[in-house]
Amino acid sequence: MRSQITVNGETRPWQAVDVVRLLQAEGLDPARRGVAVAINGAVVPRHRWAETAVQPNDLIEIVKPFAGG
Amino acid sequence: MTQTYQLAGRTFSSRLIMGTAGFPNQQLLLDALAASGADVATASIRRISLEGYAESLVDLLGEDYQLLPNTAGCETVRDAVLTAQLAREALETDWLKLELIGDRETLYPDVVQLVEAAEILVKDGFQVLPYCTDDPVVCRRLVEVGCVAVMPLGAPIGSGMGICNPTNIELICANSPVPVILDAGIGTASDAALAMELGCDAVMINSAVAKALDPVAMAGAMARAVEAGHLAHHAGRIPKKGYAEPSSPQLGLIGS
Repeated sequence: MRSQITVNGETRPWQAVDVVRLLQAEGLDPARRGVAVAINGAVVPRHRWAETAVQPNDLIEIVKPFAGG
Repeated sequence: MTQTYQLAGRTFSSRLIMGTAGFPNQQLLLDALAASGADVATASIRRISLEGYAESLVDLLGEDYQLLPNTAGCETVRDAVLTAQLAREALETDWLKLELIGDRETLYPDVVQLVEAAEILVKDGFQVLPYCTDDPVVCRRLVEVGCVAVMPLGAPIGSGMGICNPTNIELICANSPVPVILDAGIGTASDAALAMELGCDAVMINSAVAKALDPVAMAGAMARAVEAGHLAHHAGRIPKKGYAEPSSPQLGLIGS
């Protein structure tokens, strides 16, 4: 079976990419302000996105601010 | 003019903190925020696929307002802590409105988990402003673990019932060493004025403005109510009495 990752609750085939490339693959602009990423329950700071490789079975959360009370 | 006040080491002139959710459209949100005079506006942190406004909230409000991210909807310490850490990364602020919801029906805070999460986040360097029950002992515990303010509810979130237990809010205000921000339950301007009259340092409002027939007019009304209530609190109200006391002179009535 092919390795998978989970991005915001949805499974994707795993590919050997870093976080910057992952965001681009998801159609997001990594330079855009306000985006934050956590892998397996730990925040990956923006300055470490380029050096952080996505591993098989990673649980990835990509978030941004929305309106809120 | 109302005096400025300090919150987490920063000075603000407006004592009204505005929520940003549930406005009919983006322009009404911006206009209502401007009419409210608020310096601080709240935000939530959600998965990015749930695209709401096309424009990012940071781009929209980040220059003009101190954004206060929340952990709304979190039901466990673990989720609240991770949401807080993501919020800090996304918004580049260590300010946090900590919410730990214990019951989906009433949206009441789970105060046991709230104190635990607050302690973890304070140690992690956050300026924690916890949404809590109107319980003086819970507020004291939150201050003991290092929260920079407490945000007791007036009534359940979005209920518009006003301040259900003014005695408790007054008691919390009288004893709190940190700012008290009334959060949740405000329905109309008199509720906001009452919160300030009871001694609150600020009021946080969302639904009462966002869902009003005219959100911009209501935002202006809330700004004036908060200011009036604050002035009245410091002016010193007369004691309540169970009998009348004439205000006009008693002597010199004609026909006497």
